[in-house]
Amino acid sequence: MIVFQKPHALADLPMHYCPGCTHGIIHRLVAEVMDELGIEGKTVGIAPVGCSVMAYDYFNCDMIEAAHGRAPAVATGVKRANPENVVFTYQGDGDLASIGMAETVHAAARNENITVIFVNNAIYGMTGGQMAPTSLPGQVTQTSPYGRDVKHCGYPIRVCELLSELEGPEYLERVTVNNVKNVKNAKKAIKKAFQNQIDGKGFSLVEVVSSCPTNWGMTPKQALEWIDEKMLPYYPLGVYKDRSASQEAEK
Amino acid sequence: MADKVLMKGNEAIAEAAIRAGCRHYFGYPITPQTEIAAYMAKRMPKIGGVFLQAESEIAAINMVYGVAAAGLRVMTSSSSPGISLKSEGLSYLAGADLPSLVVNVQRGGPGLGGIQPSQSDYFQATKGGGHGDFRMIVLAPSSVQEMAELTVKGFALADTYRMTAMILADGTMGQMMEPVALDDLPVTPMPEKPWAVTGTGMKRPHNVVNSLFLSPEKLEETNFERYDRYRVIEEKETMYEEYRMEDAEICIAAFGIAARVSKNAIDEARAMGIKVGMIRPITLWPFPKAPFRRAAEQVKEVISVELSMGQMIEDVRLATECRVPVTLCNRVGGMIPSPEQVLDAILKAAKNGGKEA
Repeated sequence: MIVFQKPHALADLPMHYCPGCTHGIIHRLVAEVMDELGIEGKTVGIAPVGCSVMAYDYFNCDMIEAAHGRAPAVATGVKRANPENVVFTYQGDGDLASIGMAETVHAAARNENITVIFVNNAIYGMTGGQMAPTSLPGQVTQTSPYGRDVKHCGYPIRVCELLSELEGPEYLERVTVNNVKNVKNAKKAIKKAFQNQIDGKGFSLVEVVSSCPTNWGMTPKQALEWIDEKMLPYYPLGVYKDRSASQEAEK
Repeated sequence: MADKVLMKGNEAIAEAAIRAGCRHYFGYPITPQTEIAAYMAKRMPKIGGVFLQAESEIAAINMVYGVAAAGLRVMTSSSSPGISLKSEGLSYLAGADLPSLVVNVQRGGPGLGGIQPSQSDYFQATKGGGHGDFRMIVLAPSSVQEMAELTVKGFALADTYRMTAMILADGTMGQMMEPVALDDLPVTPMPEKPWAVTGTGMKRPHNVVNSLFLSPEKLEETNFERYDRYRVIEEKETMYEEYRMEDAEICIAAFGIAARVSKNAIDEARAMGIKVGMIRPITLWPFPKAPFRRAAEQVKEVISVELSMGQMIEDVRLATECRVPVTLCNRVGGMIPSPEQVLDAILKAAKNGGKEA
């Protein structure tokens, strides 16, 4: 009896991610959801610029590599071209919340019927650990070597909270994957974000608070603990918008 | 004889695009091309198409990238400053070998410039659409009829060669009204696109639309392959018109509105007994080198008439291999050379007899 196997939607390839990086977990959750919903054959995924730039190799569904920050615009094109496709973007914090903020906000405002997986690890990983739009106050990075000085470069952006002010989006939830319980919750959220699209409900974004042991300069275990200690107080987990659920509750 | 309708150049582009099977248009407002968006906004919802006003030029070109990746005919349009914003997307479209149609109804620059006609994006269109080694097929209409015909042709070329075709028009072409016959446009069916991302249907390995190649050997290979394709285009798709060139001793080089103005000046000069003709490039890339090479054996001088500080003139000099003097007759900043100005340039060339003044 098989009790555990690789999801079909996940390619059988060695990944380039660093040891202890949580991208592997999040990739797997997305692939498991594709399997469980039986949508791999009609899904088009969009990889960003950043650590997950080569995600197009790791998922067995059709894939597009987009310009930095532009995945929600590309996804809009794909979804408008073939509305029967399930379209998701998989973006990091620099991609989604800095260079691509306009595309993110407007796709949400249009309630574009796509699914966005937003991996927030508070740093630019691929380029070697620079300050991100979500780097915490005081956080030491290559471009904030004395710690992020909020007087000089402002405050980190809470994406779910920001987008929750818009009428447009259907569903916004922040999860993390630093322990088994949280991984299970993350999967539930990701599944809902895909199911919403299948049901035609609209823009669904799951922010996954994630780790970057390499660029945080920590062991994988320390990095997971740092999520609890530092990240979650600034980025509280929870559902920031769920229009259908709120409408149900009002009835 | 097909029925003709009176249309603005911009509207002719929009209607021709729809007739070519384009059902997806993305754009951002900018003068002097907004009629294209307005036309699409009205028509697309009625024919099951998609018009979407994007949040920026950057978003619009990336929506184009998405639809092109999904295998459908798609377009965007803008004017000079907006095209600069689209440069990133144009480069990615080239890198991923995606077909698209992009319209630039040029206005004066640089910077915010003005809103009057210009041809000063010639370099940008023919040499530098974005970062990296790539070309776009650049089509230069000189009438409202050609706005329609080249739009249809542009979609076909884009699909055949998997690249961007750009209509390089100008504010005059976009705004002027002329009778146009739309019924006999040379619409071609869309070819099969087995590379498109439409879902695997669990029946084939996944398709990937991508411009990232971290192996330099592989990236070099993609560049070489692309330029092999470009050579075929240079051989097969170069288009130009020759006007009264049979016995010409002076040759005008002009495209778009500059060619229209030049025709008037040529007819006047001919009435005065001066043997002058014109080579009008219709494709700016690939540039029609052959007729200019021939002209270099025949004429005493080439006058490049442009609404720029002299951009096409560089290609004219290359094509004529500097065998004859090539002079510039121009206005810029939204100004258009008058037939009198062009006639003066012709008279001067006739008098100088081929010696640079």
